[in-house]
Amino acid sequence: MTPPPLTLSLASPEATADLARRLGALLHPGDSLLLEGDIGAGKTHFARALIQSLLPVPEDVPSPTFTLVQTYEGAPGEIWHADLYRLSDIGEIEELGLTQAMEEAICLIEWPDRLGDLAPPTALRLHFAAVADSEDARLLTLDWTGSGWATRLAPLQETFQ
Amino acid sequence: MAQKLTVLGLESSCDDTAAAVVRQGGQGAEILSSVVYGQTELHSAFGGVVPELAARAHAEKIDLCVAEALDRAGLTLGDLDAVAVTAGPGLIGGVLAGVMCAKGIAAATGLPLVGVNHLAGHALTPRLTDAVSFPYLMLLVSGGHCQYLIARGPEEFTRLGGTIDDAPGEAFDKAARILGLPQPGGPSVEAEAAKGDPRRFRLPRPLLDRDDCNLSFSGLKTALLRARDQIVTEKGGLTRADRADLCAGFQQAIVDVLASKTRRALGIYLQEAPAVPVLAVAGGVAANSAIRTGLETVCADLGVQFTAPPLKLCTDNAAMIAYAGIERFARGEQDDLTLAARPRWPLDRQSPALLGGGKKGAKA
Repeated sequence: MTPPPLTLSLASPEATADLARRLGALLHPGDSLLLEGDIGAGKTHFARALIQSLLPVPEDVPSPTFTLVQTYEGAPGEIWHADLYRLSDIGEIEELGLTQAMEEAICLIEWPDRLGDLAPPTALRLHFAAVADSEDARLLTLDWTGSGWATRLAPLQETFQ
Repeated sequence: MAQKLTVLGLESSCDDTAAAVVRQGGQGAEILSSVVYGQTELHSAFGGVVPELAARAHAEKIDLCVAEALDRAGLTLGDLDAVAVTAGPGLIGGVLAGVMCAKGIAAATGLPLVGVNHLAGHALTPRLTDAVSFPYLMLLVSGGHCQYLIARGPEEFTRLGGTIDDAPGEAFDKAARILGLPQPGGPSVEAEAAKGDPRRFRLPRPLLDRDDCNLSFSGLKTALLRARDQIVTEKGGLTRADRADLCAGFQQAIVDVLASKTRRALGIYLQEAPAVPVLAVAGGVAANSAIRTGLETVCADLGVQFTAPPLKLCTDNAAMIAYAGIERFARGEQDDLTLAARPRWPLDRQSPALLGGGKKGAKA
């Protein structure tokens, strides 16, 4: 198995959504995905596709920028979708209940740099970057520590390479 | 409503903590007091509004809010007919703080308890401020939501469509971030746009070709980013004129999308032949004069009255909660002490969810 990071080329928003759904199928409570990348890189698009693929009853997945956290009842367990951009103090992470959620729920966290030391060491980091000559394509880099993700991500890697 | 009703409302589902007293009499509804303890004036170093997200902060302030609201109204708990409280949707800790406080008041005084949907509070505000009759069409913008609703009754709403990704207010905030303008983005982008040429940058109008009432603004944000980067690559930076033109092009795209989708939503609403057709717009979008003019023009074309409640009653407040409580209570509805806080509570559970995403979502 290739050591991290794993880089995937996503040609379109559909390809991003497709990857999100396939990654979603691998998740269980206690998994955190840290979604990094500039504004417009596709973090929320990815999160929305992933969440919707895990909802037994379809519902809206609005951007969490205003509300900070949106929670959902997913088939595998509770899903938290957070956008930490507006946070000003690390103490607010605890107040939000995010520390506990990272242990018990599936967490998708945008702007995770705000987590500082609270970022779970077992989290999967996904970095989205625009591609210079294409409006639709994105380069996605997955990074992790520990062995668990390598095994779980192996099927994805085979499809994309 | 012949009977006079005086209701205390509590709101703690978002950033702000609020309490208000509203009285419904023969002459309509009157706001006796409306107190909001918030931080919306403060802006973080990163842009955006500093969130007052701590449940503890709501819990500490809600009692003081209630005391001040009663004091300003010149009333005591004994003068009230009921206590209304936001029971969702929202951050669960905040909602709980309000619900627990309302339950405490109800238990101590014997006053009836009325749980209110926060979104219903926003959606009923045109009745509080302008005594609008059902059914009316509502463009409701709140907390990341942006939706077209036909309001048929205090708890009967039909969603015609809404944003499949970002809300317009969020698009303005992010445009300001992209262009280095101060937060909140609505007023600062509007001020720049007034100096710019909306025709220089032709930004996309997402979903305009689709025959529905759904909106998408995420792709517009990305297009703005691309346009900015292209100028920076060509010239090594942005001039003030470039920035003003980008703002103008961006705002014009939003105006066009909202005007076009509003026209479509009004078409559906008008098929029901309402006696006095009304479009009510709640939220910051109505504060943007270009958007407001665009919507007023569509209404004038179709013979529909336009109304936009004052901005301070479109942002989170408790007067709307007290009023929504009056509407429920007047119909004989109330809750007991088992009232639960609900993080998710869509106004319309019949219409399908907005799935968004993919080519249709991100692109025009």
